[in-house]
Amino acid sequence: MNTPILEMKNITKEFPGVKALDNVSFRVTEGEIHCLVGENGAGKSTLMKVLSGVHSHGTYTGDILLNGQLQEYKGISDSEDAGIAIIYQELALIPEMSVYENIFLGHEISSNGFTVEWNETIKRANEMLKRVRLDVNPSTKIKDLGVGKQQLVEIAKALHRDVKILILDEPTAALNEDDSENLLNLLREQREQGVTCILISHKLKEVIEIADTVTVLRDGQTVCTLNAAEGEISEPVLIKHMVGREIDNIYPSREHYIAEHVALEVKDWNVYDPQLGRELLKDINFNVKKGEIVGLAGLMGAGRTELALSIFGNPDGYHTHGDVFLDGARVSFGHPADAIKAGVAYLTEDRKGNGLILIQDVKQNITLANLREISKRGVVDNNTEIKTANQYRTSLDIRTPSIEQKVQNLSGGNQQKVCLGKWLFVKPNVLILDEPTRGIDVGAKYEIYTIMNRLVKEGMSIIMISSELPEILGMSDRVYVVSGGKIAGEMPIGEATQEKIMDLATDY
Amino acid sequence: MFFKHLQKVLKENIREYGMFIALFVIMVIFTITTDGIFISSRNISNLLNQTGYTAVLAVGMTLVIVIRHIDLSVGFLAGFLGAVAAIALEFWGLPVYLVIPMILVLGALAGLVTAFPTAQLGIPSFVSSLAGWLIYRGALLLVTAGTGTIIITDDAFNAIGNGYIPDIPDIGILPEIHKVTLLLGLIAIVLFIFNELRSRKKKLEYDFEVLPMDMFILKLVFVSVLVGLITWVLSGYNGLSWTVVVVLIVVALYHFITTQTVVGRHIYAIGGNPDAAELSGISVKNLTFAVFGSMGMLAALSGILFASRLQSATTTAGTLFEMDAIASAYIGGVSAAGGVGQVTGSFIGAIVYMSLTSGMNLMNVDIAYQYVVRGAVLVAAVIFDVATRSRGK
Repeated sequence: MNTPILEMKNITKEFPGVKALDNVSFRVTEGEIHCLVGENGAGKSTLMKVLSGVHSHGTYTGDILLNGQLQEYKGISDSEDAGIAIIYQELALIPEMSVYENIFLGHEISSNGFTVEWNETIKRANEMLKRVRLDVNPSTKIKDLGVGKQQLVEIAKALHRDVKILILDEPTAALNEDDSENLLNLLREQREQGVTCILISHKLKEVIEIADTVTVLRDGQTVCTLNAAEGEISEPVLIKHMVGREIDNIYPSREHYIAEHVALEVKDWNVYDPQLGRELLKDINFNVKKGEIVGLAGLMGAGRTELALSIFGNPDGYHTHGDVFLDGARVSFGHPADAIKAGVAYLTEDRKGNGLILIQDVKQNITLANLREISKRGVVDNNTEIKTANQYRTSLDIRTPSIEQKVQNLSGGNQQKVCLGKWLFVKPNVLILDEPTRGIDVGAKYEIYTIMNRLVKEGMSIIMISSELPEILGMSDRVYVVSGGKIAGEMPIGEATQEKIMDLATDY
Repeated sequence: MFFKHLQKVLKENIREYGMFIALFVIMVIFTITTDGIFISSRNISNLLNQTGYTAVLAVGMTLVIVIRHIDLSVGFLAGFLGAVAAIALEFWGLPVYLVIPMILVLGALAGLVTAFPTAQLGIPSFVSSLAGWLIYRGALLLVTAGTGTIIITDDAFNAIGNGYIPDIPDIGILPEIHKVTLLLGLIAIVLFIFNELRSRKKKLEYDFEVLPMDMFILKLVFVSVLVGLITWVLSGYNGLSWTVVVVLIVVALYHFITTQTVVGRHIYAIGGNPDAAELSGISVKNLTFAVFGSMGMLAALSGILFASRLQSATTTAGTLFEMDAIASAYIGGVSAAGGVGQVTGSFIGAIVYMSLTSGMNLMNVDIAYQYVVRGAVLVAAVIFDVATRSRGK
């Protein structure tokens, strides 16, 4: 029971500008369920990517020992051959293929190395399905199964390869309670059969229920390893270790400019995604006052981005139900254009994916959302455009050799400032910022916080979605915690602590 | 100093000028290999007239490709609408001033229909326009089934593809020269210089960056000489043809729309990143309809130009026009990844493409080799484009 099947020693992994893992050590005993917890960005997924060979040997420093032997994985196939299987949150199944095809994908059964033995495949698939207690016809297409069942198919796919270590990255994040319970039971059964399991999870209750051992990561370092048998695992302890850092002094001092006037209010807001076929948000109520920064805290996947999108013209075609009030008047935006016209702006969390037009220059990106402002009868006035862009370049201190530089050549922080400039140019009353400082350096963060302070002082209302607790605490006037598609709690900044927020955010 | 500036400007704009350099090289080669026949007034005039119906398609296709779509239906749509025009003129007896707007409107409607499955239902435009390709091909065969080739007898209509702008009566000076063409060329040069000076002055007022003075003068001289040469060559034959006038108007209009207007900027934003564009308040759906509608209208224009040039509607009109247009656009620097490409580039691309045909015809090159050469030029142009893009930051 006490032999370590896996040891990761002094793992350090650096990305340009960021130390994602800093001398992390991680030890897993054979036949246990080992949970890995930590805040977003603590380095859990990176550690597992090192283990599974996604970050190949040589791109990190440190040693991986499997059964005492040094491992050097060049890619995922190496770690798979060694008996390590990883199941990501984003499932890697092919929706249009059947269950049995998916289970044996890449490991097709063949006696001559050329043709596939479908009968044998189906027979073996049935055995695997029985093992994960999934009662479906193996010919069913993946797209016709619910998320919970798809998860089980993933596990079956991993198990048929005779895995020794099964890694699951937030497997229950998208599951309802019954499916989650099923999955946990299945993991317990696999433990009986000798499979070692590493589980990444944000749901602390679930962690406490199932873990034999818990390792806590924070800011790319191992904080501690706790043992269930010795009664060391409890929610307060975990939370304390997860967030237990001092809030460094990276936030500009804040004054409060909150007026009584409610700028935006959302009442009984329900959102259903017809494509996923599930409810994303349930009975959301919140408001933001003039001159206020409201923080929407929570974990990734809690539904905060979906909330912002559903209010901001609903470009993804969700079914929404409920009311949005702007300055007291009921509004309904059919397209982002309507929202922008009414004075609502939304800065996306993924600036490269859906925020910027990377192949266009700084000037064109800044003016994009409000070209009418600088045009007469539909013709853009180039000179006014250059003036406008230069104005934002100065006021936001965008560091670029010229406003005609393509934004793909700027650093993350400067790209973010271009995004911000674009939305300030539409002159909004309510500005929704989704992870405004993700992936940018500390200096640029400070500048963005300073700009936010300036904006609320001028009377703007800001809704800030952030997964970084220190940022929530450092910048908000008031905090809402979103968890599992619901508002789990609301508190003025004076009452908010990291522990309190984390407690609500992990309470599903 | 001068050469240093020149080197810098060329290096920074190699992509934009590459097209012109290629055209120049091709023209020089053909002029040598054909003992000067290629550059003769008559041949250049013919060449431009032949380019007409491909060029207008290439202009429309530029926008379609910029927003990350493709329209395969436009070739047979042009052929079909050309036949409809012939029928309207010959069998229904409608006057030409009614037929032309009617055909253009029909084209725009056809474009909107092609766009519907794509813009509204998210079906790839390759599929929906391939369906259009089949349907219009059938429609063309259907309307010409009873008659076969329809001869068009309307002189006004036929003048579009074969006529030239009128000249002032001979008054003794410059005989053999089309004086109105020459005059228009001069006016164009004066307008160009005036416009450049004004915009430079305004930029300087705002303290914006401008070309160094020597490069500015070089640009003025270069463009003026180029326009002057072309008008001189054209006025040595019959002068400016109506086809060239139509094409120039279309290119100028679309160049203006794409570079100067809000709609144009929105189209390029969609091409660059449709998600970001949508979230910036741009309706991707509406603009997709608009771009396909304009493509359909230009297909109608192409059909009119072609039918008028042949003075008849044939059962095979429009065959492979769409491929010529797509090739012209790619040669002209339009990126298949979307968001990049100029209508002027595609226009030059169309001229390059037609120059190859014209030059090789004059050299009596076998048609089989002609296709091979055109393919090689297409792939070379795209490789050049990709190679210079990664550098041109």
